[in-house]
Amino acid sequence: MNDIPEIAPTFRFQWEEAQDCYVILYPEGMVKLSGSAGEIMKRVNGSHNTDEIIADLKSAFPGVELDNDVRNFLDNARDNGWIRYKT
Amino acid sequence: MAGSDTKRSQPLWLLAELTYRCPLQCPYCSNPVEIAKYNNELGTEDWLRVLQQARKMGATQLGFSGGEPLVRRDLEELIGEARRLGYYTNLITSGVGMDRDRVKAFKEAGLDHIQISFQASNEELNNFLGGTKSFRHKQEMARVVKEFEYPMVLNIVLHRKNVDQIRDILDMTVELNADYVELASTQYYGWSRVNIDQLLPTREQLARAEVVAKEYQEKMKEKMKIIYVIPDYFENRPKACMNGWGAIFLTIAPDGSALPCHAAAQLPGLEFPNVKDHSIDHIWNDSDAFNKYRGFDWMQEPCRSCPEKEKDFGGCRCQAYMLTGDATNADPVCDKSPHHGKLHADVDRIGGLSGTKEFESKPLVFRNMRNSKELSGETAAAA
Repeated sequence: MNDIPEIAPTFRFQWEEAQDCYVILYPEGMVKLSGSAGEIMKRVNGSHNTDEIIADLKSAFPGVELDNDVRNFLDNARDNGWIRYKT
Repeated sequence: MAGSDTKRSQPLWLLAELTYRCPLQCPYCSNPVEIAKYNNELGTEDWLRVLQQARKMGATQLGFSGGEPLVRRDLEELIGEARRLGYYTNLITSGVGMDRDRVKAFKEAGLDHIQISFQASNEELNNFLGGTKSFRHKQEMARVVKEFEYPMVLNIVLHRKNVDQIRDILDMTVELNADYVELASTQYYGWSRVNIDQLLPTREQLARAEVVAKEYQEKMKEKMKIIYVIPDYFENRPKACMNGWGAIFLTIAPDGSALPCHAAAQLPGLEFPNVKDHSIDHIWNDSDAFNKYRGFDWMQEPCRSCPEKEKDFGGCRCQAYMLTGDATNADPVCDKSPHHGKLHADVDRIGGLSGTKEFESKPLVFRNMRNSKELSGETAAAA
């Protein structure tokens, strides 16, 4: 139960129409996310753990082998401070 | 991205200079020296329209700045609308005019981030440079900002009078739990240009400061991002100023004039369009001022044929104008500029004099309306 990721309060995640992609916003800066990164991040909502996020992605994108990619992305997102794990 | 032949640029960054009124009087302020002439501030409706139009064009980052934006009583309303429109909203403030209730109200309105400036890490120097007793209040407000879980940037403008205290400054930012620290070397525009003899650090000071900045960057890398850039007067290549003219930055001055950067008002021969008369779309895409230094066609040598022009866009137009008299010249920070030697000679002249008693005792010209009137009057009389 201790691996439920949520967006860190010091970052914002949103769809940006003008960029046609999801973005991470922080003081005076913006990171544009790739399509797959956006799909992962929009499932990071503080109520699903990593396994549930992976299961949900698998049902949305059947046949795609994505376990490792998702875990790696979430590790990077945590290292960047975008997400944190609820304790 | 900065050319008419490539994808159309978008004003990603909107800087709303709500007012030039400010309770502080920092002698390095980047506002124009002519602040006293701006007595015609935009009203709330004008600002709401600007926010809506710029957002539609793709603006994402919004800075509420000044002067001191807290002076505006409609700030909460503007923040609320900005958040509804989907901006990431940054409040860039001295902290003076802030209290707990207002920080809370900003949070409820949807403000994303607060940046507080400090003038120094000790009360005496901070209050002297700011011309107000503000140090303790700033510290208190920084704690309140973190209490409300904002990301917090602490900004300290560095110059000869405080750069030797960089270690104390960084210790203070650690103690206040800053998420980001901007050690902003003074850039010599506006008021700091007036005071350059008193503010420009020496090469020795910079060398010492850099060691400390790097030490803290390494030590704090998990917790705090420290941004430290040496003043460009000491460099041999110019900064990519504003990421190119009319490329991503849009500044609206308190009177509604639209500028490609907050220092551009000083450039001659440009008529900056006003948001009272024109839409942001027209200003950004069609106005002469925003197209003047877009792309590369306006460049002279050595920029025109330079392989680095797409990296630095020839540097800063304002700096080229201030130091060479022609805004289409290369920024003299670049050692390919024929004016580079003169700039570094001036840096060395100031370096040689600094520390001497008569030089250091020359008074600073503080940023206030009285000094603005005097300085602008002189300019007008000389013209």
